[in-house]
Amino acid sequence: GINAEYGDFWQDCCASRVFNTPLTEQGIIGFGIGAAAAGSTAIAEIQFADYIFPGFDQLVNEAAKYRYRSGNEYDCGRLTVRAPWGAVGHGALYHSQSPEAYFAHTPGLKIVVPRGPIQAKGLLLSCILDNNPCIFFEPKILYRLAAEEVPLGTYTIPLSQAEIVRQGTDVTMIGWGTVVHVLLEVASMAEEQLGVSCEVIDLQTIAPYDAQTIEASVKKTGKAMVVHEAPLTQGFGAEIAARLQEKCFLHLEAPVQRVAGWDTPFPYIYEPFYLPDKWRCLDTVKKLVDFM
Amino acid sequence: DVISSGINAEYGGSAAALETSDTVFTQYREVGVYLWRGFTLDSVMNQCFATHKDNTKGRQMPIHYSAKALNIQTVSSTLATQVPNAVGYAYSNKINNKNAVTATFFGEGAASEGDVHAAMNMASTLSCPTLFICRNNGYAISTSTSDQYYGDGIAVRAIGYGMRCVRIDGNDVFAVYNGVRAARALALEHSCPVLVELMTYRVGHHSTSDDSTAYRSIDEVNYWDREDSPVGRLAKHLIARDLWSTDLEDAYAKECRKEIMTAFGRAESERGPNPLWMFDDVYDSPSPHITEQREQLREHLERYGDNYPLDKYMPLD
Repeated sequence: GINAEYGDFWQDCCASRVFNTPLTEQGIIGFGIGAAAAGSTAIAEIQFADYIFPGFDQLVNEAAKYRYRSGNEYDCGRLTVRAPWGAVGHGALYHSQSPEAYFAHTPGLKIVVPRGPIQAKGLLLSCILDNNPCIFFEPKILYRLAAEEVPLGTYTIPLSQAEIVRQGTDVTMIGWGTVVHVLLEVASMAEEQLGVSCEVIDLQTIAPYDAQTIEASVKKTGKAMVVHEAPLTQGFGAEIAARLQEKCFLHLEAPVQRVAGWDTPFPYIYEPFYLPDKWRCLDTVKKLVDFM
Repeated sequence: DVISSGINAEYGGSAAALETSDTVFTQYREVGVYLWRGFTLDSVMNQCFATHKDNTKGRQMPIHYSAKALNIQTVSSTLATQVPNAVGYAYSNKINNKNAVTATFFGEGAASEGDVHAAMNMASTLSCPTLFICRNNGYAISTSTSDQYYGDGIAVRAIGYGMRCVRIDGNDVFAVYNGVRAARALALEHSCPVLVELMTYRVGHHSTSDDSTAYRSIDEVNYWDREDSPVGRLAKHLIARDLWSTDLEDAYAKECRKEIMTAFGRAESERGPNPLWMFDDVYDSPSPHITEQREQLREHLERYGDNYPLDKYMPLD
């Protein structure tokens, strides 16, 4: 793999089970769907999420609909697609994208994003074991940055369950992947500088998402912000904001806020100004708290 | 609705050449393969009318059959997407030591899609026992082959992938049978893909939404229908050997028509599935947000049901 994901494992083990393929995302994903349909556990790697789009038709029109269109006679549930995802500091247009919103719009797919190594192992194993086609986006900036004590044994983290990573009472912050660490830092800053207590939620599964946990939190705090690297318009924050205002309207003390990448292609030299960083997030906490 | 007239040798011949253990991925013009393996007229009609008896639960437009019991995968409208699926399926069979090939059908038009290129390249490099069966019938709706490709048809592309290929008179049912049989044996023996191009002609319109007189002459169609039709040639062959006659043909055609119209009538009078089945099978088990929407629709129908054709569907549960 491009980030040495497989190490030397593949050479020692079974060459028929871990292998290179020609360079064709539509072929790789189509092949993975077929292998999964035949009963094999198929894990298809796409080198960067930015390059998943040649396989968009296979994912949306075949994988997502495989079970539904057959009246449950067939499925490709044993398929998992993995792809490095998100900002890495210098990736620009084609090595930084977060395309979860495109796929979350397709019934039949599951979309998962871990925030670190411990979650990555547990969530990836859940995706592999899950009997539905899953797309697992891995924050690439964490490959070299993150080091945690990952338990050696097998463990899974359930899909479609958000995790409250930091408890709080005043503001609900919702994010996934790399941004969760930004939110944790902002929560500390808000506590120190503003005396505001923030609850940080890692959504983990984007689709189907855990609406129950985030609704309960927002009903408690009355103030919500969703943060994601992907561009603002039609980003997954839009879905969450719509849901929260629908289900928690009478509990809200301020409009639901979104802090996101700007509506531009992911730029190169402008990256420090593009990302939803801790200063924009802290400012949004202030906006929420000062609204009423 | 998609019609199969003028292309019948391809199904009879190729379906007969395959074993039932060979999984088939079709495009949309292969109802003959389904019928050969035992798909009943009732199954056909229930899918076309999307009745509550349809094994695919009324989820798709007509002719999008699925038959797990017959080892034939579900038809999808998207062209050529089934081709890389078939290759992955074949690969799985290979590493699990299954003594079977995976066969996939597609037209000469669909062969222009990127998925076919990707699939053939992967099948070759990964040694997948796959039969790529291309029906070259002269037209992709109104696009004739002269606008579809500039090279020598589909078969020769195999050479570029390091793959074996054969071109067959698709209107000669024995040639098709023998050719596919040989291709199958080759694929199994060497665990490799083989491309089979069946040359034929699409006598019928592309579908019930098409009027092909807009883009081709009646004379052209009549030539193929009368002089070089697979059924016509087989009939002449059998008649010359006293195995068939025009009387038997007329009687059989009448009997078939009766069976079809009876099945048609049976399905036509059946109701659609319970509307709430719309929400099933998106995932392997119900997701809370889908269950929530299911209940929203149920509640909506309780109040506004009179405005919907509920009498044409099975009752809500």
